Amino acid sequence: MKFVDEYRGAEATHALAAAIARTVTRPWTIMEICGGQTHSIVKFGLDELLPASITLVHGPGCPVCVTPVELIDAAVTLAARPGVTLCSFGDMLRVPGTGTDLLTARARGGDVRMVYSPLDAVTLAAQHPDREVVFFAVGFETTAPANAMAVLHAHRLGLKNFSLLVSHVLVPPAIAAILSAPDNRVQGFLAAGHVCTVMGTAEYGPLAKRFGVPIVVTGFEPVDILHGVLECVRLLEAGRPEVANAYTRAVRPEGNVHAMQAMREVFAVADRNWRGLGRIPQSGFVLRPEFRAFDAAARFGVGGDAPPEATECISGLIMRGVKKPHECPAFGTRCTPERPLGAPMVSTEGACAAYYRYRTRRGVTVS
Amino acid sequence: MAASFSALSHPMCLAVPGKILEIQGDDPLFRAARVSFGGIVKQVSLACVPEAKVDDYVLVHVGMALSIVDEKEAAEVFSYLQQMGELAELDPPGDAAAAASLP
Repeated sequence: MKFVDEYRGAEATHALAAAIARTVTRPWTIMEICGGQTHSIVKFGLDELLPASITLVHGPGCPVCVTPVELIDAAVTLAARPGVTLCSFGDMLRVPGTGTDLLTARARGGDVRMVYSPLDAVTLAAQHPDREVVFFAVGFETTAPANAMAVLHAHRLGLKNFSLLVSHVLVPPAIAAILSAPDNRVQGFLAAGHVCTVMGTAEYGPLAKRFGVPIVVTGFEPVDILHGVLECVRLLEAGRPEVANAYTRAVRPEGNVHAMQAMREVFAVADRNWRGLGRIPQSGFVLRPEFRAFDAAARFGVGGDAPPEATECISGLIMRGVKKPHECPAFGTRCTPERPLGAPMVSTEGACAAYYRYRTRRGVTVS
Repeated sequence: MAASFSALSHPMCLAVPGKILEIQGDDPLFRAARVSFGGIVKQVSLACVPEAKVDDYVLVHVGMALSIVDEKEAAEVFSYLQQMGELAELDPPGDAAAAASLP
């Protein structure tokens, strides 16, 4: 496919790896934020092309992983309710809540549908006025424009039977939380390219300055990721905590103003709970009061705070870059994609699932 | 959802570039397109890229086009590598693997 295949070329990938090896003079720990990038790194073995002095750790940018357990429980509760059609991205179906997951709710007779886009859920609501259609609106800044647009479409169409169960989180507050932790070891970031496609790069300059870390906007293909690593290593070696853009074909500094306008119209910034990371101030979206009619939590009275999870899962340490998936005692034994203890083993964007899929069969040897 | 769409419908943060085949609708809120992703055609909202036109490549997330791929910038990394090769005498691919295997 155009704009995909050329960024997977072996020659350019190896040339970039060689340039990184020539540039680096001391050990650096770099975090990629986005689970899509984690998946690419592990799938293509990009970390194994890097000099041993560069450690890539895997960030919290996996929507499925950070969706708090009380909202999974709320979705399961709604799915069991007569008259409700619960729509979700496919990845959410197998994430364990306190008791069960959405797939089990479906097996027990709940009307749970996997959709590609929240706009498909709006269409479903228009076609079935007798059903309450709830879309489980999870994700970062990348899914927020579509979720905002779904509300705007439903509003314009005058739909009374459509609502969102909102679990929206934002990248910059998570970066600040990671860098503020006493046990932080991250020295540079690869920012999530498509988050910046939406939001632009303006939010990252103050973070780079405040914490003294370079932040490089990075894409998702092998050439993109190594290009991001090279820029990050250059800035680290030069002692320049700045923002750079290594994904210019998709990211303009100002972002997508139309998408941001839709998001601002529908959502307001608020404190949010992150699974594994806890409560982070001003780290996500809730629906604005004007759109309260589309708020499933308010409409159905679900989604209160859940008690802290008693689990062996160390997802918080993994998503802050303190540990790697294979350093978890349960990895690959008590926790597998078939029987996950935590969300990072479920999602295709989860670090544990990526390590399990691409690394365990030939023995985990990464450091 | 058809099984063939699973590659597109799974990762929420991965956007796939697709080519606009046809644009439908005049209302800016509902403007949409048929977009081809390597042969798989999907309906995509153009509400966030009002400047998009037929034959543009757009990055699509969960049914929304969020960016038009900048064709000029797309070649930037490769021309950069070429320049670097001239300046630093680009290593043959084998050397990277050798460097990576060092302790």
